Amino acid sequence: MTIVPETPSRLVVIHPLVVRVTHWINAVAVFCMLFSGWAIYNASPLFPFAFPKWATLGGWLGGALAWHFAAMWLFALNGLAYVAYGLLARHFATSFLPLSPGAVWRDARAALALRLSHRVGRYNAVQRLAYLIAIALGLMLVASGCALWKPVQWQGLANLFGGYEWARRIHFFAMAGLAGFILLHLALVIVVPRTLLAMITGRARVTEETVR
Amino acid sequence: MPRDPDDAARLKTLRRDLAPDLARLERRMVLRGGLSLGALTLLSGCDLSTGSNGSLADRVLWAMSRANDRVQQWLFDPATLAPTYPASMIDTPFRFNAYYPPDNIPEIDAATWKLEVSGLVADKAPWTLEKLRALPQESQITRHICIEGWSQIGQWSGVPLRTFLERTGADLTAKYVGFKCADRYYGSLDMPSALHPQTVLALDFAGQPLAPEYGYPLRVRVPTKLGFKSPKHIAAIFVTNDYPGGYWEDQGYNWFSGI
Repeated sequence: MTIVPETPSRLVVIHPLVVRVTHWINAVAVFCMLFSGWAIYNASPLFPFAFPKWATLGGWLGGALAWHFAAMWLFALNGLAYVAYGLLARHFATSFLPLSPGAVWRDARAALALRLSHRVGRYNAVQRLAYLIAIALGLMLVASGCALWKPVQWQGLANLFGGYEWARRIHFFAMAGLAGFILLHLALVIVVPRTLLAMITGRARVTEETVR
Repeated sequence: MPRDPDDAARLKTLRRDLAPDLARLERRMVLRGGLSLGALTLLSGCDLSTGSNGSLADRVLWAMSRANDRVQQWLFDPATLAPTYPASMIDTPFRFNAYYPPDNIPEIDAATWKLEVSGLVADKAPWTLEKLRALPQESQITRHICIEGWSQIGQWSGVPLRTFLERTGADLTAKYVGFKCADRYYGSLDMPSALHPQTVLALDFAGQPLAPEYGYPLRVRVPTKLGFKSPKHIAAIFVTNDYPGGYWEDQGYNWFSGI
């Protein structure tokens, strides 16, 4: 028996395999980097607060650093593969562009008024901006992290950030920005759960209308 | 003490056979004790500190740390100098930092203090403070970066470790320079870092003989490495090809820890 939907629809690949694989590797890497990073922060807090013990990875400073300096390779190399793919396969150009301040303003207002509908396989202007910011924050985390790891060997890079102590703060705020993105990202997945399945299978059902 | 040479030889063989197992066991226990994964345990519901997963995670992390040693050795450029700063940027007061509280700072009598030298060196005669002061001295104002994240700028002066190693006829092709301290701390450097022009056996801090909390009478100062790689209260220096480890390194801190 076949069910004929009212509107003609079909399954299309909305997330290419490379994007799905790098997405899930990144999820694991970011999880390790965030929670071990919070444990490292707690060893000498920059600001008058500490992260709760349950939200840290590694148990003690040595364990947290071991996690951070192991997962950093996963985060950086996987991120590099994703960015290379995004640029070379024109994934960024087709998914995140065009993008204009006017479009962001229009879609942001529509979203806040709950008038913005989710279109499978197509990002609205606010999403495009958010993903580009997340990628920029990732690059900033790697660059400032390199400055913190090697402030002598790579002192030119550390100087770009204003030296070791400024690099610490930039690393922290880039982390905070990425953590904010992840919260928003997870909240939207809860609102539209089928996006989670699409990031696993890569496929989503779209109506012929949308495809055209 | 073994009574005859046969016993001594047997004991030596036994120790050599056991050493790798003991070392493995030691670091596994130490890392495992440390890796109670707050967040991961919460999400996965399994306690990695007791399960077989725990030892797998530890083994992977330990292997990654050794791989990071090699990457850092490769990244280390002997000609790259740590940035230096004007005297106006020196931080005061400078933090006391050790694995024990200030009450436990060792009291050392300069009159009886001697620096022992052993291992792959030609001249194993001990050194006095006067003899060290008679060697060429170097001064630096550099940033001390702690593994905890904080940093402070300080001024150290003393004998370049390279000068000291050359004077004692050390084998400069050996792999490691090790340090034993009066406070039972110990540590080691790779030879290229030991020979770096800014690596000094510091006698002075902020223009004064080292205060007890900063490592009197002698400490290492390695501005190309994290702070814990600069042991204080040095009592003995040795040159070796056998990995000497270190107080924190044996508990899981990365050994090379270059910056």
